[in-house]
Amino acid sequence: MRRLAVIALPYLWLLALFLVPFVIVLKISLSDIAVAIPPYTPTLDLSEGWAGIRDFLSGLDFENFVFLTQDDLYWRAYLSSVWIAFVSTLITLAIGYPIAYGMARAAPEWRPTLLMLVILPFWTSFLIRVYAWIGILSSDGILNRVLMDLWIIDAPLQILNSTNAVYVGIVYTYLPFMVLPIYATLEKMDDALLEAAEDLGASRLGAFWLVTWPLSRGGVVAGCFLVFIPAIGEFVIPSLLGGSDTLMIGKVLWEEFFSNRDWPVASAVAIILLLILIVPIVLFQRNEQKQREREG
Amino acid sequence: MSTATAERTRPAVFAPWDDPDATPLIEFRGVTKRFGDFTAIDDLTLDIYAKEFFALLGPSGCGKTTMMRMLAGFETPTEGSIHLSGQDIGRVPPNRRAVNMMFQNYALFPHLSVWENIAFGLKREGREKGEIDERVTEMLRLTRLEKFARRKPHQISGGQRQRVALARSLAKAPKLLLLDEPLGALDKKLREETQFELMDIQEKTGTTFVIVTHDQEEAMTVASRVAVMDEGRIVQVATPPVIYEQPASLYVADFIGDVTIIEGTARRAEGGYTVEWAEGQPPLRVRSGLDLAEGARCHVAIRPEKVEIHRNRVEDDNVLKGTVIDIGYLGNLSTYHVRLADGRVVKAQNFNTERDTRQPFTWEDEVWINWTAGCGVLLER
Repeated sequence: MRRLAVIALPYLWLLALFLVPFVIVLKISLSDIAVAIPPYTPTLDLSEGWAGIRDFLSGLDFENFVFLTQDDLYWRAYLSSVWIAFVSTLITLAIGYPIAYGMARAAPEWRPTLLMLVILPFWTSFLIRVYAWIGILSSDGILNRVLMDLWIIDAPLQILNSTNAVYVGIVYTYLPFMVLPIYATLEKMDDALLEAAEDLGASRLGAFWLVTWPLSRGGVVAGCFLVFIPAIGEFVIPSLLGGSDTLMIGKVLWEEFFSNRDWPVASAVAIILLLILIVPIVLFQRNEQKQREREG
Repeated sequence: MSTATAERTRPAVFAPWDDPDATPLIEFRGVTKRFGDFTAIDDLTLDIYAKEFFALLGPSGCGKTTMMRMLAGFETPTEGSIHLSGQDIGRVPPNRRAVNMMFQNYALFPHLSVWENIAFGLKREGREKGEIDERVTEMLRLTRLEKFARRKPHQISGGQRQRVALARSLAKAPKLLLLDEPLGALDKKLREETQFELMDIQEKTGTTFVIVTHDQEEAMTVASRVAVMDEGRIVQVATPPVIYEQPASLYVADFIGDVTIIEGTARRAEGGYTVEWAEGQPPLRVRSGLDLAEGARCHVAIRPEKVEIHRNRVEDDNVLKGTVIDIGYLGNLSTYHVRLADGRVVKAQNFNTERDTRQPFTWEDEVWINWTAGCGVLLER
């Protein structure tokens, strides 16, 4: 009985907070827009019994999904989101790996402090930190003023309201998610392995590529997914830092929902986004599984 | 009981250290290694010869690991020089030395298969594929690992992992193989088997082995010579029988094997000394070539298996009366702790040559113990 309760709890949680909302969103995506409250039709009327359910089901169709393929805005937004997420992930990896490596090689008594410094930004609200970047990147912001005072540039750089600002925002925000899993794998690594590689004739650099890199690959893959998956659906960063020319699916979704009040199309966009994300999520899970097997 | 000395019973088959013309493979010349204020190795001079199985033995912190790491190239000496085949290797980095090491916890690459682990060093040399294949296969055969070539290190047993580590470090056919506590992770039975396997492989490949261990039994079993270390210094370097039967100091006598030590005053006598050690007890007779002043403080070290135990008084050089206070039954032999009249305890060992579950002596038995003058070792310090 106790065991059943233990198993049931996560399933209930998933049922209430994922499966039920998902079914509702799926249902809305199959509905049509209507000037009503709620702003879609049909709605389920159980008071009419079987006839009501039959009416309700016959009112559902895939019209909105067909619509998404007709307007190129949507697939361009999906593609651009995946691209921005991909590039941000690569930049985050390029910055995060050396940080994690440096932390893992630091003296053991320094490691908790360094780890703390990586986590410290989470103590401030994410929204405030993104706003702070507006102050840094805007044309009369800190960055431009410093560069102009140093006579490096004569006219302010247009960084804010561009895709570059979105990269800055995503890389900054998700860096800890890259650093932590890589650090975890590097820290576990036995230094004797590097000595063994050197003893067998590898150079320092060779030992890194032949031993350290392959052994940290699990952490690298985990970090990449932890950045890539949320970055695809990111809404706050592109809407605050990216200009009107930055096309990301999160923004499109927001506009469909709040500006156009087209809940059915917005729901269809969300369903497709979820389907796109399932692929990397499954790959991520498989990587974790393999990692565990290798250690176990 | 035999009074023959070690040299007479052991035939000198392989003893380059006794040959003044032999050139050593490794020479430590006044090597000192300091870490900050701490002196790990103190002005050490030592020769190791080709094809030797040389053991560095000592308690943890005695500097044996530092010595090995200097040979591998992971540490450089603070003072002095280390020569390998006449060449100073003090500053040569580890990847440029004809020296390979078998690490304490094997340090096998977990992401590579057994085959790839063994091939690792060969690939770094840029050898041809056919040559690498051949060499790896040879190593797998030598260590009886053919069946496990495709497995990853975590898919094989501890004993097999140990053999992979050995095969990997031997693959490049180094001039010198270093083994850092190679059998420490194995259980007792497997360890004993593996000791003989190691000796066998050492003989087959003709490689010079230097082994670091804190296990004196292991060192005695495998080594051609043993260096006993203490606090950064080598206390004695000799073959295992000499280390055991003719320890150079109290430290060595006490560190290797079981021993009873009696302190006393030396008086010259024919062929050696008599040692006065307690009021009302007969002085101990010891045969010794040691040059001690009349009346000097000295120690007599006596191994338990050299002490006979009897119910009645037996005529011998040294005969003492005592009471059995403790019995250690080990199956093949029994160790008796015999308390003498002055409270001192002497250990005596008896081989259980007969199949009898009843012990010849029991607690509180009055017994006589005796040993000949040649069995005790006289030590100055």
